Amino acid sequence: MIKAEWFYWLVGGIFLVMAAQMLTDRSNPKRLGTAAFWGLLGLGFVYSTWVVDKSAPPEPLGAAVLVMVCLAGFGFTGRGKARTTTPEQRVASARRFGGKLFVPALTIPAVALICAVGVKKLSLGGEPVLQKGSETILGLGIGSLVALAVGMVMLRERRITVPVHAGRSMLEAMGWAMLLPQLLATLGSIFSVAGVGDQVRRITTAVLPEGSVLIAVVVYCVGMFLFTVVMGNGFAAFPVMTAAVGWPVLVEQAHGNASAVLAVGMLAGFCGTLVTPMAANYNVVPAALLELKDQYGPIKAQLPTAVALLGCNIVIMAAFAF
Amino acid sequence: MLVLLGVLVVVIGFATRRNPLLVVGVAGIATGLLGGLSPQKVLAAFGTGFASSRAVTIFVITLPVIGLLERYGLQEQARRLITRFAGLTTGRFLALYLLLRQITAALGLVSVFGHAQTVRPLAAPMAEGAAERRHGPLPDATREKVRSFAASADNVGLFFGEDVFLAVGSILLITGFVNTTYHTHLEPLQLALWAIPTALCALAIHGWRLLRLDRALAGGDAGAGAREVLDRKATK
Repeated sequence: MIKAEWFYWLVGGIFLVMAAQMLTDRSNPKRLGTAAFWGLLGLGFVYSTWVVDKSAPPEPLGAAVLVMVCLAGFGFTGRGKARTTTPEQRVASARRFGGKLFVPALTIPAVALICAVGVKKLSLGGEPVLQKGSETILGLGIGSLVALAVGMVMLRERRITVPVHAGRSMLEAMGWAMLLPQLLATLGSIFSVAGVGDQVRRITTAVLPEGSVLIAVVVYCVGMFLFTVVMGNGFAAFPVMTAAVGWPVLVEQAHGNASAVLAVGMLAGFCGTLVTPMAANYNVVPAALLELKDQYGPIKAQLPTAVALLGCNIVIMAAFAF
Repeated sequence: MLVLLGVLVVVIGFATRRNPLLVVGVAGIATGLLGGLSPQKVLAAFGTGFASSRAVTIFVITLPVIGLLERYGLQEQARRLITRFAGLTTGRFLALYLLLRQITAALGLVSVFGHAQTVRPLAAPMAEGAAERRHGPLPDATREKVRSFAASADNVGLFFGEDVFLAVGSILLITGFVNTTYHTHLEPLQLALWAIPTALCALAIHGWRLLRLDRALAGGDAGAGAREVLDRKATK
């Protein structure tokens, strides 16, 4: 069985190799801090395997995460000069290879597709080939490795250090944004353990007037939206707002269609995901990947759509769920 | 009430544009301690949170091959390719991307497209290429705008497509939470069907805004706008 942990180890390994390259990269004025950040990240990926199966204590990993936060948060990380091709060389190379360049790039989605649709159902000796529940991750991982092999052969590139270096300059460009999504997942679990959800529920119930279904719909949808903005994802907001308004008021008191109320309520939360820097993997990491100067560029592009869609969700719920 | 200070830290931190890592780190520590967790428990929470959320970082695995292909001119080739389709403006191309992203996500194929694997190497350069063909070299602000909209097409397509698929995380979260908390039985199929109206609204609203992007790009200089009209006549 192909396991997701193998790919986490591979990603950890990539981070460690890159950290070693960073350590000797004299073009980076902050090479020590940079190497320490990515090295810790790589070690964390590997050590996490034992934290997940509970055979190692999570505290040392937590301390390492906080060290990474300080390294990146106080500006001890930087980036080296990327050794890469010039724009002219790229245009010439694009002319030379032409459409063939798309083959490895499209191999990633193609293999991900095959894994999600076909390989998912295969089993070998009674065990599924792909670890259950991790098929999308595995499809992406396997697709990338196949694409890398195809690309190296097609471009006649023999040095494995070339793709590693090329990937590294993208990682250095992303910098701290890389760690943020995982840190936010942590914040979500701390918020729920500390009882932030209960407090929000108490406030919502206190401000909600009795008797008006429309107002309750607005409070549920806007509450999902706002709480998602703060938490960075709708999954954290959903249990809180549903326990406060969605279920007791909209479904039980007003006899709303439960499927309609809850499905649309979740989508109102997704509108919040479109406008929050807390949803780093959707909004901040892409800004770094696309080398935008304004890290809020994607959010600004999404804001009008998000507000309009929030309105749509309120209308859909009010019109069809009761 | 005290635990809500953590939320306040987040809001103030982002409003004053402090480094987000520090904001989130401080908010986590403060909330944990105010919520009665021991320092050791807070450390453990950071550790387990990191370990169980590694899936969001798995896209790193695509970077070496994408970087390799870019070194050999993938983005330039994507730009060249788009210029062969005269009718495909930036807005139309991105609207098409939005549609494809939404349909594949609705079929459960969420990793087929993505910011690392398709937006950066293909969609963003193609959108830029289409804009350059019409309006010549783009000023920096315009280039940023086109790229931001490319990222937005991916996000909107994903978010409002995936819920139409039955086995996606958010649908399972809803049924899981409601069925265990309220001892009822909700079918994933019902929830997925109720995601369709919003999905259509998302396609219409964001698709329309993407198409309008062409007009905003043309507004940059009058000459380009006139050229666009001529182009349109020529292609019809």
